[in-house]
Amino acid sequence: MPADFNWAIGGEAGDGIDSTGKIFAQALSRAGRHVFTSKDFASRIRGGYTAYKVRTGVDPVQSVVDRLDVLIALTPRTIDENLDELHEGSVIVYDGERTTMQDVEIPEGMIGLDVPLKGLAEEAGGAIMRNVVALGAACAVADFPIENLDSALQKRFGGKGQAIVDNNKEAARKGKEYVEDEYDHDFDYDLETTDNDYVLLNGDEAIGMGAIAAGCRFYSGYPITPATDVMEYLTGRIEQYGGHVVQAEDELSAINMALGAARAGARSMTATSGPGIDLMAETFGLVATSETPLVICDVMRSGPSTGMPTKQEQGDLNMALYGGHGEIPRFVLAPTSVSECFWKTVEAFNLAEQYNTPVYLLSDLALAVTEQTFPPEAFDMDAVEIDRGKLVDEDTIGEWQNEKGQFRAHALTDDGISPRAAPGTTGGAHMSTGLEHDELGRRTEDTGMRVEQVDKRNRKVETARETEDWSPREFGDPDSSNLVISWGSNEGAMEEAIALLDDEGIDVRFLSVPYLFPRPDLSEDVAAAENVLVIECNANGQFADLIEHDTLTRVDRLNKYDGVRFKADELAEEIKTALSTEVKA
Amino acid sequence: MSSDVRFTDFKSDKQPTWCPGCGDFGTMNGMMKALAETGNHPDDTFIVAGIGCSGKIGTYMHSYAIHGVHGRALPVGTGVKLANPDLEVMVAGGDGDGYSIGAGHFIHAVRRNVDMSYIVMDNRIYGLTKGQASPTSREDFETSTTPEGPQQPPVNPLALALAAGGTFIAQSFSTDAQRHAALVQQAIEHDGFGFVNVFSPCVTFNDVDTYDYFRDNLVDLAETDHDPQDRDQAKEKILDASKEYMGILYQDENSVPYGEKHGLSANMSEIPSGAPDGAMDLVREFY
Ligand SMILES: Cc1ncc(C[n+]2csc(CCOP(=O)(O)OP(=O)(O)O)c2C)c(N)n1
Ligand code: SF4
Repeated sequence: MPADFNWAIGGEAGDGIDSTGKIFAQALSRAGRHVFTSKDFASRIRGGYTAYKVRTGVDPVQSVVDRLDVLIALTPRTIDENLDELHEGSVIVYDGERTTMQDVEIPEGMIGLDVPLKGLAEEAGGAIMRNVVALGAACAVADFPIENLDSALQKRFGGKGQAIVDNNKEAARKGKEYVEDEYDHDFDYDLETTDNDYVLLNGDEAIGMGAIAAGCRFYSGYPITPATDVMEYLTGRIEQYGGHVVQAEDELSAINMALGAARAGARSMTATSGPGIDLMAETFGLVATSETPLVICDVMRSGPSTGMPTKQEQGDLNMALYGGHGEIPRFVLAPTSVSECFWKTVEAFNLAEQYNTPVYLLSDLALAVTEQTFPPEAFDMDAVEIDRGKLVDEDTIGEWQNEKGQFRAHALTDDGISPRAAPGTTGGAHMSTGLEHDELGRRTEDTGMRVEQVDKRNRKVETARETEDWSPREFGDPDSSNLVISWGSNEGAMEEAIALLDDEGIDVRFLSVPYLFPRPDLSEDVAAAENVLVIECNANGQFADLIEHDTLTRVDRLNKYDGVRFKADELAEEIKTALSTEVKA
Repeated sequence: MSSDVRFTDFKSDKQPTWCPGCGDFGTMNGMMKALAETGNHPDDTFIVAGIGCSGKIGTYMHSYAIHGVHGRALPVGTGVKLANPDLEVMVAGGDGDGYSIGAGHFIHAVRRNVDMSYIVMDNRIYGLTKGQASPTSREDFETSTTPEGPQQPPVNPLALALAAGGTFIAQSFSTDAQRHAALVQQAIEHDGFGFVNVFSPCVTFNDVDTYDYFRDNLVDLAETDHDPQDRDQAKEKILDASKEYMGILYQDENSVPYGEKHGLSANMSEIPSGAPDGAMDLVREFY
């Protein structure tokens, strides 16, 4: 019996796939099991194949794998779509009475459980609960105590009244009993529960939560997959902390509102995805030149143009590093896991204000739609520190005024960081502009001042390089000569791949880089390794290019750009192949 | 806020580089006068300027200010005001800035009704880029990029504002100092989005919509029996293409600004030094 269990429900968009999947995931999480969820969805609301997958284990699970143990198939296509992942002994739960499922053929070697989902649901109070019947059936197959499902159903339907909750519990029991009565297989699964206490959330939610924790009070955005969840999370919550969310008319407006709020002294953020980032590029330059602290989150999806809006890609790195005309100092952070979405957001706000600079937070679809379990301490609010940088007040502003009492908002300083005065601060009135300016913020084309201001803005980056810790996260065997480097959301899959490779006697050292600019200097690490492999979800190896640029060494690349994130087992296999060709060469 | 603020306190020590005679001088003087009259102080005032000759206004005035990117001044002003409702926020720009590249934001700012004022210096031409047609240029107005005239009807900003649910819609003439300042003052005092389209002639590139033209053709609503609270009357006058009006075309005295509707009164710049109290509840919600 493998340590992890993989379950999915699939059907047509509109079939309630998401909410059913989430109920199961929550039931597992509440039973003290680790959960990692993923979604296959098409860019349409009704119709079109969609699936919600749940991987669970008593030990942490942080990736998807190419294996499905139990599949609830609401449509025949669900079986076809997942054929590669189904294996000998996989269980397929379906409703043979459903018109489209009548002639369905269960592939060789797999176990089909024909359960009258709709009929049993009707007996429990309504056909709408057929997915919950299927969840009950899954509990029977997986030997998972159905009581755990009850608490998830309570959470999901509690708001609709106890009768609805009770009907759903009844529906689940009918599904469980039906399987137990009709099928006498010993299903070889045993989802034991633990006393562990976990929370289950996705990357967008973690970013929103990080923003509130970090004191963000203003958010403006324009809906776009897969960034919308950040806005949806903040709406209704940020108000409780004195903040506000505006759904702007477009991304141009969104970033400009966020800029306005930041200039008013608030911690402020906008989030979008590729096409929206393109629209924000012009204002991004203004944010940097006016030295406004702003967090801009790009939840990457597959591009270019409208690309594949519901598919994974890490294709915007170059844009984040270089986007915008002229030369623009910025920070680029990329969270590597759902919990890091929280912490990197907190860090982004601090960096933005410490350096009066825009900070890109590069998340991606894989993180955004992944729900993962963590002990609550992973989001320890007591550990959140807020550093507002050189924010002056009435008492300190004098140090930054010239002899005429004018505030030097763009003062030339050794560390490159100028002071910031929130409007309303006496003696701080000043002009900021996207035009090149002098220390007072006034337009200038004076060659000397131009050079000094550019140098000053760049100097912030130098200061940051020296002051902050930009180290990568390190995993695997520190002495291995096989070095794998990655950035962003691939960390979890890679961590599991390391374990799989280890089982086969292959050691690797893995550096997961959350800082893209400034970023760690990996020259020594690369020099010390025999084989260097850079993995990323894009076609051209944008990060691999950076490593080559930084280290003046050729590296090997492993790129995935089919719209699907790396899976742990697939990744292990590919790394093995890459290393063996390496060794042969 | 001290009441002894004079309008010159809103003047910066930068000399304007506008062409001598440019209408923007008068527009700016009226803005400064209105800000002082309404008891504002430069340290509690935020001016957002667009891009164009008109947009340079932020540089010549003294307050907290930002000179943004072309067409996006209104969203910036919105962010400033919502983040700190104590500030007096005034947004200024040109007809190209506001009705062409920024037209989308204009409509939405009007309907959002944030409590700020928006002053558009309408010279019916692009000044800064040296004389191309603007959205308010006449159909037959010959310019370097439209030698036969734009051959499309001009945008009617007042009509756009009315259609979008504007709660304060006024038109002013920059050189008519008293009345212009008074209109801007009323826009500031209005609870909601105070929009003033100011005829602010470009003496360099527009030889049609000149001071003389406006002097001869402007009808001052104060001298008529126009009732600004009557939306039908406002509509009739706004759609009357044969005349140019000055004064308040429409004002909804029951206007409730966005911030009030959303209960926004706090200055969002003040935050604790760590996560807010009870933040662990945010985590627990995911249990
Ligand atoms: C994105 C972008 N496009 C074009 C320009 C060039 N540009 C600067 S001002 C301007 C038009 C200004 O016209 P208007 O708003 O009427 O102001 P005026 O100069 O007449 O006061 C244009 C097109 C720019 N700065 N940014
Ligand atoms: S070009 Fe026209 S609008 Fe610009 S400063 Fe000169 S007169 Fe004024």
